[in-house]
Amino acid sequence: MANLPQILTANRLRDGDVVYWRGGTWVTALADAEVFPDDAAAEAMLKAADVFVKGREVVNPYLFDVRIAADGVKPVKEREIIRAAGPTVRVDLGKQSRRYV
Amino acid sequence: MPLIRDGIFVEDNFATIADGEPFPANGTIVSLARFHKDREALLARNAPVGVRLKSEESPEALGEDVHRLSVVVLEFPKFRDGRAFSWARILRTRLGFTGEIRAAGHFLYDQLAFMHRVGIDAFEVPENITLPEFHRALGEMTDVYQPSADRRKTIRQLRAGFETLPSLPSGERAG
Amino acid sequence: MYRYDEFDARFVTERVAQFRYQVERRLSGELTEDEFKPLRLMNGLYLQLHAYMLRIAVPYGTLSARQLRMLAHIARKYDKGYGHFTTRQNIQFNWPKLVDVPDILADLATVEMHALQTSGNCIRNVTADHFAGAAADEIEDPRPIAEIIRQWSSLHPEFSYLPRKFKIAVGGAAHDRAALKFHDVAVEIVKNEAGETGYRVYAGGGMGRTPYVAHVVGDFVATTDILAFLEAVMRVYNQSGRRDNMYKSRIKILVNALGPEEMRRRIEREFAEIRAGGTLEVPAEEIARITDYFAPPAFEALSDVSPEFEATREADVDFRAWSDVNLAAHRAPGYSIVTISLKPIGGVPGDASHEQLDALAELMDKFGIAEIRVSHEQNLVLPHVRKKDLSAIHARLAELGLATPNAGLVTDIIACPGLDYCDLANARAIPIAQRLSERFADLKRQRDIGELKIKISGCINACGHHHAGHIGILGVDKKGVEFYQLQLGGSGAEDASIGEILGPGFGEHEIVDAVERVVDVYLERREGSERFLDTVRRVGLEPFKERAYAAH
Repeated sequence: MANLPQILTANRLRDGDVVYWRGGTWVTALADAEVFPDDAAAEAMLKAADVFVKGREVVNPYLFDVRIAADGVKPVKEREIIRAAGPTVRVDLGKQSRRYV
Repeated sequence: MPLIRDGIFVEDNFATIADGEPFPANGTIVSLARFHKDREALLARNAPVGVRLKSEESPEALGEDVHRLSVVVLEFPKFRDGRAFSWARILRTRLGFTGEIRAAGHFLYDQLAFMHRVGIDAFEVPENITLPEFHRALGEMTDVYQPSADRRKTIRQLRAGFETLPSLPSGERAG
Repeated sequence: MYRYDEFDARFVTERVAQFRYQVERRLSGELTEDEFKPLRLMNGLYLQLHAYMLRIAVPYGTLSARQLRMLAHIARKYDKGYGHFTTRQNIQFNWPKLVDVPDILADLATVEMHALQTSGNCIRNVTADHFAGAAADEIEDPRPIAEIIRQWSSLHPEFSYLPRKFKIAVGGAAHDRAALKFHDVAVEIVKNEAGETGYRVYAGGGMGRTPYVAHVVGDFVATTDILAFLEAVMRVYNQSGRRDNMYKSRIKILVNALGPEEMRRRIEREFAEIRAGGTLEVPAEEIARITDYFAPPAFEALSDVSPEFEATREADVDFRAWSDVNLAAHRAPGYSIVTISLKPIGGVPGDASHEQLDALAELMDKFGIAEIRVSHEQNLVLPHVRKKDLSAIHARLAELGLATPNAGLVTDIIACPGLDYCDLANARAIPIAQRLSERFADLKRQRDIGELKIKISGCINACGHHHAGHIGILGVDKKGVEFYQLQLGGSGAEDASIGEILGPGFGEHEIVDAVERVVDVYLERREGSERFLDTVRRVGLEPFKERAYAAH
């Protein structure tokens, strides 16, 4: 079975916000994240993220699987879906709340 | 590695030797296994002896021999392993050990005050620590709630204006 | 309640400065995340799914109006306007910034609060019966000894790097409202044959992936010896608790590996030595001094029958329903203990908004109520309320959305934050609680069902106490999909027991129906005034299992 595409994520050290990797920087929306189609590129980028850990910009970087759908990327795991949006029980909070502003 | 003893940097006059190595001329620190194996020879020498305990080794394994040692080294394999805090306390309080208790291995600035409280009086510290930092660590908290091997007055005793401490079991060192 | 003196005040202030320096060193790169993590945890700071989370200690669950206002202020200024009360009587804020946390702690220190040891592998915030000092069935108020334990455990030099976390609870009544037997150590106030007060000490209880009910390790510890005894337990654990596997490192594993007899023998040895040393003796005068802080308010001489109360009960059906369910017997005539439900139908269990916190503080001031309690069941409690004030208090609570008449009923559900907030969770817990409470919303039906404690955890760590639920629900992850296991027959009270797993898990959309079928079996098979728990114990799991999976 072919491996699924992956996204690199972390939390920002200063405020804890969830961030995603995109072409040399960290962005806050899943929709803006860079998708790595193959394992090798993803793993290389995870290694490269270490610079940002040492530089105290982010903590705990890791990769997660996504599926590409017509309306954008969708994480495989519920955990990453909720992490990208905010609590399902408080849709007025977290990243999803921007839609309600 | 620099050594702080009784609050100042000092020369380490002990050599820690591996289990197969011959004893040096002066003070020597050996593992507990080596101590058990070469006990007679070690104690017969006219030089101070120390034992380095791994974090899973209780100082009670030294028995009465503890009083013939100049130093007991407590190893912190990683800073999260807190057994040595109890070993130090047992050395001072139960065994009445009055020699040097030295911390070695991986521990943090933030643990120094606790280590000092339970009776550790010598620290193998990283190269970059300064004496002012060391003393800052010990002084972050003015008062303490619990009695420990350092015999500091507790907050309860300060509240009550206690002048004298309860007597200690024989062997527990003062000060 | 307890008030800080100059020593306590300086201690907490210096602890804030200490943490501020730790944060500075983290931000400057002097500390790695690996090194900083245990330090921040010892001050209650987690990194969760969306952000940091700060867990603030509410020692033995007691808060003043002033402290409540400060929590409201923190929710507004540094967070997103609400807090979450937990099963360990603490309050959590879900969105603080790391850089703000030292300031939050400094604000807390001004009202004699802190976040000391609300996480980490140390002695955690001490919990107690939330009806302490008010309950009719109490031998003695457990909070003075809890406060003595709090002080002793604060920055304990020997026991701050334990194999794993260590939770202590204290209770002093016939009815166990503090889940004593599910704690690492529990102190139960008892009387001996001579009528003297002492402590029965339990060790080795816990939930998590290996639930155990605690064993008695001290039958009758003298009041002056309690700290020496606890220090002995801790020393045995610190020396011998496993450190090679975090799932086997709690004291419950040690107690059950050694056997309770050997555990007692080891504790006795340490205890004899520590006791002989004398330095940890708690003099009777010290116990008396601390006890004075917890002296009950001067109760008015009232008749136990309040005409105002009875009149409102006659006139107002909502008040009658609420007073039937949310009041408990007080030791003083004419007084009541009020449970303020934080479980509105369809709401998030344990959440309170800053407006609610402020309004409660105002209500307390208005009615001269000096303290409010946090219960491990994620509700709030007004411990000393004149019966004649109840109708006015109820009216105000109703305006605030805090008068749900469901204390102890099927919709008074405990739920951990689960996958909506928690980094460790495998499944969501709150939405299941919400749907269950909507399903059973009908008050008549709830009251017909009677006492039924549903407890939901979103992972095996069991923060939602599912092992101790009459009905326990455990969320698991099966290949990225949430599933829910049912357990029946657990109890966190004096008749402590661990629930038994019914069978395979149910899907997110099946679990509420499954619970309802289980409740139906109870309604059909109960005898007399039997509670759900009693019926499960009498008839066993089979009938429930059969029905739960019938439509599966």
